[in-house]
Amino acid sequence: MSISLFMSISLATYPSIGHQTKANKERQSEKPPLDLSSFLPHLLDLFSLLHSTMGLWFVRSRLAHHLGQKMASLGALQRRSWPSVSFLQLWNPLPSELVGGFSSNPINRWSDQRFASVKAESAAPVDDRCRYQVMDFPGGKVMFIPEMRFLAESPGERISCYRVLDDDGQTISGSSFQEVSKEIALKMYGDMVTLQVMDTIFYEAQRQGRISFYVTSIGEEAINVASAAALTIDDIVFPQYREPGVLLWRGFTLQEFANQCFGNKSDYGKGRQMPIHYGSNRLNYFTVSSPIATQIPHAVGAAYSLKMDKKHACAVTYFGDGGTSEGDFHAALNFAAVMEVPVIFFCRNNGWAISTPTTEQFRSDGAVIRGQAYGLRSIRVDGNDALAVYSAVHEAREMAIRESRPILVEALTYRVGHHSTSDDSTKYRPVDEIEHWRTARDPVSRYRKWIERNGWWCDDAESELRSNVRKELLHAIQAAEKMDKPPLAELFTDVYDQVPSNLHEQERLLRETIKQHPGDYPPEVPV
Amino acid sequence: MALRGLGRRISIGKRCFSSASEVEKPPRDGKPINLFSAINQALHIALETDPRAYVFGEDVGFGGVFRCTTGLTDRFGRNRVFNTPLCEQGIAGFAIGLAAMGNRAIAEIQFADYIYPAFDQIVNEAAKFRYRSGNQFNCGGLTIRSPYGAVGHGGHYHSQSPEAFFCHVPGLKVVIPRSPQQAKGLLLACIRDPNPVVFFEPKWLYRLAVEEVPEHDYMLPLSQAEVTRQGSDITLVGWGAQLSVLEHACDEAAKDGISCELIDLRTLIPWDKETVEASVRKTGRLLVSHEAPVTGGFGAEISASIAECCFLRHGLQLEAPVARICGLDTPFPLVYEPFYMPTKNKVLDAIKTTVNY
Ligand SMILES: Cc1ncc(C[n+]2csc(CCOP(=O)(O)OP(=O)(O)O)c2C)c(N)n1
Ligand SMILES: [Mg+2]
Repeated sequence: MSISLFMSISLATYPSIGHQTKANKERQSEKPPLDLSSFLPHLLDLFSLLHSTMGLWFVRSRLAHHLGQKMASLGALQRRSWPSVSFLQLWNPLPSELVGGFSSNPINRWSDQRFASVKAESAAPVDDRCRYQVMDFPGGKVMFIPEMRFLAESPGERISCYRVLDDDGQTISGSSFQEVSKEIALKMYGDMVTLQVMDTIFYEAQRQGRISFYVTSIGEEAINVASAAALTIDDIVFPQYREPGVLLWRGFTLQEFANQCFGNKSDYGKGRQMPIHYGSNRLNYFTVSSPIATQIPHAVGAAYSLKMDKKHACAVTYFGDGGTSEGDFHAALNFAAVMEVPVIFFCRNNGWAISTPTTEQFRSDGAVIRGQAYGLRSIRVDGNDALAVYSAVHEAREMAIRESRPILVEALTYRVGHHSTSDDSTKYRPVDEIEHWRTARDPVSRYRKWIERNGWWCDDAESELRSNVRKELLHAIQAAEKMDKPPLAELFTDVYDQVPSNLHEQERLLRETIKQHPGDYPPEVPV
Repeated sequence: MALRGLGRRISIGKRCFSSASEVEKPPRDGKPINLFSAINQALHIALETDPRAYVFGEDVGFGGVFRCTTGLTDRFGRNRVFNTPLCEQGIAGFAIGLAAMGNRAIAEIQFADYIYPAFDQIVNEAAKFRYRSGNQFNCGGLTIRSPYGAVGHGGHYHSQSPEAFFCHVPGLKVVIPRSPQQAKGLLLACIRDPNPVVFFEPKWLYRLAVEEVPEHDYMLPLSQAEVTRQGSDITLVGWGAQLSVLEHACDEAAKDGISCELIDLRTLIPWDKETVEASVRKTGRLLVSHEAPVTGGFGAEISASIAECCFLRHGLQLEAPVARICGLDTPFPLVYEPFYMPTKNKVLDAIKTTVNY
């Protein structure tokens, strides 16, 4: 294992895209021109009318923070070939703190490159239209140009990351976000804490050999719970496996979680799958399947059904950074764009796929940038900021359903736990990297500061909550452990809707064998 | 090996092999090591003996989730041993292209359960590369390694035995070792075989099976079954982890005075029918056993072939129907694993029934 690889990821920064060198400085930024007609309605509730009618692209950098807002005209309003403004652009006001956190030289990038490119672009089009020919081509008009220009491999500076709460749990001034009622806010916090307690106790149960396997969501509590909070129960969820908080939010009980992990007779999956492969028909949460990324295109098909049935709901699918390498991810995004379906693709970019860092997973700027390539509206969000996740998913859902369109959300976060109970992540990543994300970037304590600041939470409430959840969970585990496994007959059901004759025969033979050799079989499975 | 390098340039299609000699049985002189270490040794040797050999797959860089590639990056560098993105179709396709340029591409699919995204590349591309080009091109340097089979707690997606799918594909070889010593010799043979090979490793035995493995470079022959135990009453055929189950059953049967002949098929395609046939001619009875579901499993092919050739030939005939003790026709179930499995006692009962038929 090469240590140098891991050391190259400095603590506070996120793995940067590979080639931010010369080529990028020379790059021509092909920024999508704005389509005013579709731009306006969304813009109204986000920016001032003044800004929008002027077609302004504005950013806020540390520099801008001091100097006031810098603005520059895109000058490309007359070009109508681009379908509409991207979600990215809508949410662009950039908290300076994040720039600092996610790129090495924020000030220069944002002040020089961004504005330089805007200038370069705004100078060209007016003349271009007279000088150069335009061809009608499927998808819109394409302008012929005399220079040979390759699109750069990356847009230069990384896509910015939407954030509402700063590291200290304060709302960043000027941030636009969805209001959260006290009740919802507290339920969100309660569920994040519950998820933490659940992870601690189930992990321990695995270590004691009481369950065979477990996967924690530590570090991704905000993603789990806040994204779920922004959906309704009618939205159909297609999970990967690190999203049990979505189920929790929807009302899956601790007893139901425990039953699945113990594979007892009350497990809806009838003990057939490994622990953490939850699923709930009642809660519109499709059953977890271990193969990576397979659920992503399912969500697109389901979304098409919602669209055909004119339901006021969308499909939502979660997946990791690793998942975005699978063919299924790409197929799904393309299908979704072409079929124009209400689906939210939620990528949990937690930096690691088992031992593989994102730098060895892709060289694009994460997942978010790929949305645009497939024709999807996309946003990057701070996955450790519950309010940002909540707001982004809330808005994504609105747009997905109202406009019947797919939206890609990429949440930047970190897998604080080992990949699973079969993994020791200190073999491939530095302990202080883990520690940093576990402590300084913990999404739960950041959010707690916010609710405390609102006067909604205090230490007493905290300890009461934790001890109640703990008690309830230990009780649930005990009950789940005591319960019988599902009966033998269930081994043969559900392969098909009806048990076919070959399985009847196999069941008969098996029962004879069990009579001959009862000691070969676990007594907790009732025969 | 003087040809290597030069030969490669001249003809992409023809690979030259740096090969140690093939032995029938490795000498019993090595250190006791487990199966993943034997695989690891084989990979070390493969990379050492051929500068155009590469090892890659998901998480192989830090040693792989089963530790089979431990130490390889340090030793051979990140150009020759590397992580790939999480994409099995990409791994297989990339490996085929690499192999087609005269390299030995040793690709790992993290679990056999996750080989299906690569199915198209393996079945339609790797397997037909040579045939469709009239032997102008081949990807014979391709070896796909993948852990298969039960582990006691793997459920649907960490337990499957998908060998039969690949046995249905002319152009591929499918090889499964039963022990550390076998694993090392067979894997080296697969890597150096001029055909694409799928090599399934019994993951239950990675740590569990320990045996003396010679440290030097050796290969065991492909398409050659091994009679691991001589007997006269019934022939048992299996491969991989199932071999040890069958061995136990043989031991038990011996207590009842039944003499079993045990065959490790080792290479599933092209398989060594002659060895099995000769054995069944002698014993008159056959039992085939594998973990994969019984219906359409490779046991079905063996049973049918032996029925064809041994039903009534040279005056000898099968004295009992061929018995198949295999996995059930269900997905691989977690809590029901002990019920699903072709256990020793299921095999033993079938031996007795067959012998007393
Ligand atoms: C098709 C497939 N290939 C390989 C695996 C083995 N595997 C399980 S999880 C995982 C990494 C997934 O990483 P990511 O998508 O980033 O999700 P995270 O674990 O970080 O939440 C891998 C390679 C699998 N489950 N499915
Ligand atoms: Mg990940």
